[in-house]
Amino acid sequence: MTAALAVVVAALVNITGPGHYIHWGFIQISVGNIIVISLMVVTFLAAILIPYHRKGGRS
Amino acid sequence: MTAVDHTPAETGEGLAEDADQWTAKIRRFLMSNLPPGRLIPDRQPSYMASWIYIFGALTMGALAMVIISGGLLSVEGPTWWHASSVGLFVNSLHLWSVELFFFFMVVHLWGKFFMAAWRGNRALTWMTGVITFMASIGAGLTGYLSQTNFDSQWISTQAKDGLNGVGVGSFFNVLNFGQMLMWHIMILPLAVVAISVLHVLLVRTRGIVPPIELEPANSATATTGGEA
Repeated sequence: MTAALAVVVAALVNITGPGHYIHWGFIQISVGNIIVISLMVVTFLAAILIPYHRKGGRS
Repeated sequence: MTAVDHTPAETGEGLAEDADQWTAKIRRFLMSNLPPGRLIPDRQPSYMASWIYIFGALTMGALAMVIISGGLLSVEGPTWWHASSVGLFVNSLHLWSVELFFFFMVVHLWGKFFMAAWRGNRALTWMTGVITFMASIGAGLTGYLSQTNFDSQWISTQAKDGLNGVGVGSFFNVLNFGQMLMWHIMILPLAVVAISVLHVLLVRTRGIVPPIELEPANSATATTGGEA
């Protein structure tokens, strides 16, 4: 594998080593999980709020 | 064999004297509940013109990628998916299609929850979705246990205490690799795919749930709403 290809296919963050966690009172969640949940919420809101334009202008 | 001058199978009607046969009964059931125009419709109700409606289809697309990549992993085996570059790629394809499958399924679930999509005689559609979600979680767990690496060993030893605590460890033993692999590549994929197909057929049979403000007064009768 070339160096350039290795850069492309490499993980975006270094996943070797212990995970990172967020502590808030009794709540403990990994950074990875909070990122995925946040992305799902953003996607859900975007799907509701962004208008859906149909080809040909039918509504 | 007696030759006949017409082919009832082509018309879907059959002969009157065959009406009590189980094949005729099943055919009548399918033709009344899932006629071709409803099974593969050209148009959908106008209220479907929203991005939130694409997540069910995206979930099915991700599921197809999960099944295809998992099938390739089954053909080649652990040494291939751990050691070769193509095997590592397909292994990653399997992981990320599963990630997208759950991502899209959760957004689909949120959308349907806030639509109260069980309205209008659609409780079975909702419940088949719930069961698919539960089976998918089991497929995900057994998938982690089937990696054949230290990660799967760690997860199995962590999971066994919880499963023993709820009393299922005697017949669902996460330390039994062979059993977990069979659950992952046979029982749970079969359940997820079969119930997903039933889920989609129920959506086709009963139609997309209309917005709450458009719900007819008598919502007990399933409706497909106005056409776009």
